[in-house]
Amino acid sequence: MALVLKQPSVLPGFGLTLGFALFYFSLIVLIPLSGLIVKTTTLTWQQFWHTVTEPRAMASYQLTFGASFLGALINGFFGSVVAWVLVRYHFPGRSIVDALVDLPFALPTAVAGIALTAIYSSNGWIGSYLEPLGLKVAFTPLGVLVALTFIGLPFVVRTVQPVLQDLDKEVEEAATTLGANRWQTFRAVIVPELWPALLTGMAMAFARSVGEYGSVIFIAGNMPLKSEITPLLIMTKLEQYDYAGATALGVVMLVVSFVLALMINLIQWWSGRRHTAS
Amino acid sequence: MEDAARESIVSIQVDHVTKRFGTFTVLDDVTLHVQTGELIALLGPSGCGKTTLLRILAGLERPDHGRILLHGDEVTERRITDRRVGFVFQHYALFRHMTVTENVAFGLSVLPHAQRPSPGQIRKKVHDLLSLVQLQAMADRYPNQLSGGQRQRVALARALAVEPKMLLLDEPFGALDTKVRKELRRWLRRLHDELHITSILVTHDQEEALEAADRIVVLNQGHVEQIGTPDEVYENAATPFVYQFLGDVNVFHGRIAQNETVPKETHRQPPAERDSSDEHEVTFVRPHDLELSRSRTTTTQLEATVRLIIIAGSRVRLELMSKDSSQIISVELTKERYRELRLQQGDIVFVHPKQLHVFKMPGPSSM
Repeated sequence: MALVLKQPSVLPGFGLTLGFALFYFSLIVLIPLSGLIVKTTTLTWQQFWHTVTEPRAMASYQLTFGASFLGALINGFFGSVVAWVLVRYHFPGRSIVDALVDLPFALPTAVAGIALTAIYSSNGWIGSYLEPLGLKVAFTPLGVLVALTFIGLPFVVRTVQPVLQDLDKEVEEAATTLGANRWQTFRAVIVPELWPALLTGMAMAFARSVGEYGSVIFIAGNMPLKSEITPLLIMTKLEQYDYAGATALGVVMLVVSFVLALMINLIQWWSGRRHTAS
Repeated sequence: MEDAARESIVSIQVDHVTKRFGTFTVLDDVTLHVQTGELIALLGPSGCGKTTLLRILAGLERPDHGRILLHGDEVTERRITDRRVGFVFQHYALFRHMTVTENVAFGLSVLPHAQRPSPGQIRKKVHDLLSLVQLQAMADRYPNQLSGGQRQRVALARALAVEPKMLLLDEPFGALDTKVRKELRRWLRRLHDELHITSILVTHDQEEALEAADRIVVLNQGHVEQIGTPDEVYENAATPFVYQFLGDVNVFHGRIAQNETVPKETHRQPPAERDSSDEHEVTFVRPHDLELSRSRTTTTQLEATVRLIIIAGSRVRLELMSKDSSQIISVELTKERYRELRLQQGDIVFVHPKQLHVFKMPGPSSM
């Protein structure tokens, strides 16, 4: 495959950069990950299976992947809206809002967790209004969802925004002159153009959420079987010097994340192939 | 007779339209009538407002003042969707995630349920349109698998699918290479003769306008310089701008004497009552309206030296330098005439205009 891609180029050093890239990737990604797998192999198959399927672990997977997925969906919708407003409208303070979008990136996650907890707890600014409605956010799975939505937002906005910016305005105008109303133009012309970027943004938000630790542990309450995320469970096992058990859970997260990332890439490839084929 | 009756129906009326972007006036009190079935070219340099005028007609922009009437109905405030115009963009604006068929069918598939043809009818219509633009073989391709010329034909078929009352083309061939552009221009003209759909073609290419249009509207800096048939605007330019914009021209400051035998010179602008110092006369002569001879036949001929001979296909272009003013004069001859004269570089020739135009220009003579 690499040889097929090697085309005569004015830039030298293809072999060199390829070698370096592979070496670097191995050093940074592959070797640590294989370390994880090697450590796990100190467990027997039964021990491994028992560790990764115990009810507490299963509940944590459900929460981690479920909340991450939901968070990615929410961000997919509202992140697109934010990107749309930032690109299409000029309003006072627009550049400030634009800069604020990056805040969840930059903020130490623990700070975000504490801030969210303070606001959503039963005597917090928002929590005190939600409580009478029977909605408890802090220290429940809902709190996990809020935290994961918070940290995932910039991924969607920052991937969708440039695509929206480059969107050919004439294509929309063409749709309008052909009689399409706004909704039809949006659905038939804009969404297909945004779709690959939106999918990438959501995938990145999802991946980030699956691994998120700092912000979640403050707001989650961390009740086993109820509001405990897998990364926390791994930490708990480490604190109990159960290194092999911790890596076993790590391997499960690794495999699931990899499979999901692969699936998203396949969807992207499939949807991208249609208009980049030539 | 019927033709004459049909010709007299005005289908597009632009009534004193003014448009400003900030402090810049793009269109300044433009008035224009287009007859049903006509192909009009809006011609002008970039920034003259021609695209803005087209976009106002389509409803993509709103005029600051003035009205737009389509078939007698005022549509200035009406939504684009209700105007029934077909718009063809310079850069095609095709939906790249749709096949050629889906692109052409788009306008039909977004119709409200009650008016939408059945899938079978849509398929037939798309097929007919694709054969009209000679692209049946490309029906299942995606836009980026097509050449520029093919893409623009798809865009045209897509615009025609909704049976528009008028077709607006914004520099449709501007992004194509010369050969394809010429082919498509002629093809468009033939298509128009077949369909008789009222069309407005925006272009900055004078050749395109002269070749394709029934009438040409020359725009400059937001106002109409002249409206007329291609022959009228070319032969009887109303203003110096039109003269210079449509083809090459020699500009002589002051009045040059004319041979007695040639047609009378034409004053397009009202002759000045008296010679005032803030006006001067400028004479325009097209290169092919200059006649050369080897020897002086009248006293009024200009004496000039041949500086450069360019043989370009069937025409021969000469660059002369006049003896009195050292001005460069360009002349276009037929090949036969050139052979008759047996010209060489450095030869002395005598020039006289067969046809010229004199305009009065404001400001004192610069020469």
